[in-house]
Amino acid sequence: MREIQVDKIVKTVKDLFIDANYKLGQDVVDEFDRRIQSDESPVAREVIKELKQNVAIASQGEYPICQDTGLAVVFVDMGQDVHVVGGNLRDAINEGVRQGYQEGYLRKSACHPFTRKNTGDNTPAIIHYDIVPGDKIRIMAVPKGGGAENMSRVHMLTPSAGAEGVQDFIVNRMKEAGSNPCPPTIVGVGIGGTFERTAILAKKALLRKVGQRNPDPEIAKMEREVLERINKLGIGPMGYGGNTTALDVFFEVEPCHIASLPLAVNVQCHANRHKEATI
Amino acid sequence: MANVIRLKTPLTEEDVDQLKIGDKVLISGVIYTGRDAAHKRMIDLLNQGKELPMDVRGQVIYYVGPAPARPGKPIGSAGPTTSYRMDAYAPRLMEIGMKGMIGKGNRAPEVIQAMKKNKAIYFGATGGAGAVLAKSIKKAQVVAYEDLGPEAIHRLEVEDFPVVVINDTKGNDLYVEGAKKYRKD
Repeated sequence: MREIQVDKIVKTVKDLFIDANYKLGQDVVDEFDRRIQSDESPVAREVIKELKQNVAIASQGEYPICQDTGLAVVFVDMGQDVHVVGGNLRDAINEGVRQGYQEGYLRKSACHPFTRKNTGDNTPAIIHYDIVPGDKIRIMAVPKGGGAENMSRVHMLTPSAGAEGVQDFIVNRMKEAGSNPCPPTIVGVGIGGTFERTAILAKKALLRKVGQRNPDPEIAKMEREVLERINKLGIGPMGYGGNTTALDVFFEVEPCHIASLPLAVNVQCHANRHKEATI
Repeated sequence: MANVIRLKTPLTEEDVDQLKIGDKVLISGVIYTGRDAAHKRMIDLLNQGKELPMDVRGQVIYYVGPAPARPGKPIGSAGPTTSYRMDAYAPRLMEIGMKGMIGKGNRAPEVIQAMKKNKAIYFGATGGAGAVLAKSIKKAQVVAYEDLGPEAIHRLEVEDFPVVVINDTKGNDLYVEGAKKYRKD
């Protein structure tokens, strides 16, 4: 057994959330550059330039990329040969979130669903654990904003709907979402599993880098087709019109029940914030 | 973008009536923040026949819940939140003289109708450009509902705050017209 002190986990989580909220992945910035060249709409090009400028200002460390610094979603790949010492893992992750949102001047957006009373420190984190081989802990921090999350859906299709039904649902969802989720978006899609599994797959899909295709060539082809269809909607950056409604579409696919075809569409704005570390 | 127009708050009927969808506007002066919880409280006050914490006549409400300010800065990142959640409250505020709203995302038909009727404008700010937008905010002060944290009503002093006209006083909608222009069937 390898021992890992909780202090190390706290610090890692804290640093990841601050880093994710101030420094956007280069993959998104590179895609901004491509779209500034290719979008037919002058207004669209101007908006994307503004987004690029925003990322540059944020990277200086004074203003986070967006004021909505998200609920704190954490994916943990926990090596089965790790023994956490000095406390417990869940408390350590929440403490890291607490410290990160305080010290990083990040907005606390967690509240009671009915009274709407803010919890004050952006906890509890939404934690997804996976037990994996090995003696390390991989932690992925995903601050998830509310505007795009609200546009997300889980839908249980009938198997006869097939690939076409899946694609139509995603495109219609993005059409209905329109300008609300701060396009250009990144669309995470979960297909298969069960009701809850498909939603987690969709969220995990967002951890990919722009341009990174599903390893299955058939699925990769579908990703490209759906992206093209979404960008033909004309919604454009911020919904002002243009050819850049989504930057990418990621499918994660798993087997499902013979009676089911579960589908989840997790919408993410252009600020696809995620950082990871292995300790 | 068609035009760049500079406006100073409070806005007059002439100020808003000249605006067309797609116009880029730079707003200077005082604007107020308000989002979900603050709107609910304001409408509750109006329903009880009480005064609002600020005079909304000619005013602009910015749908934003800013990130905390670092020492020496007036505010943290301050981009728009999605506006449809304020649709239930906006017509009432327009009836008593509010002239502008800043947010992002589609408005309900009744809100667009109320803009036409009461001569008010819905402006869009770039969602997710919170760091850029914060640079146009020179001063910020909480004027009501401090207990709501980021949702408290702030009085902001802004200089050349960049927005785009989404819905004008004639009932036009940039979201509809923009998508129509670039849609490929």
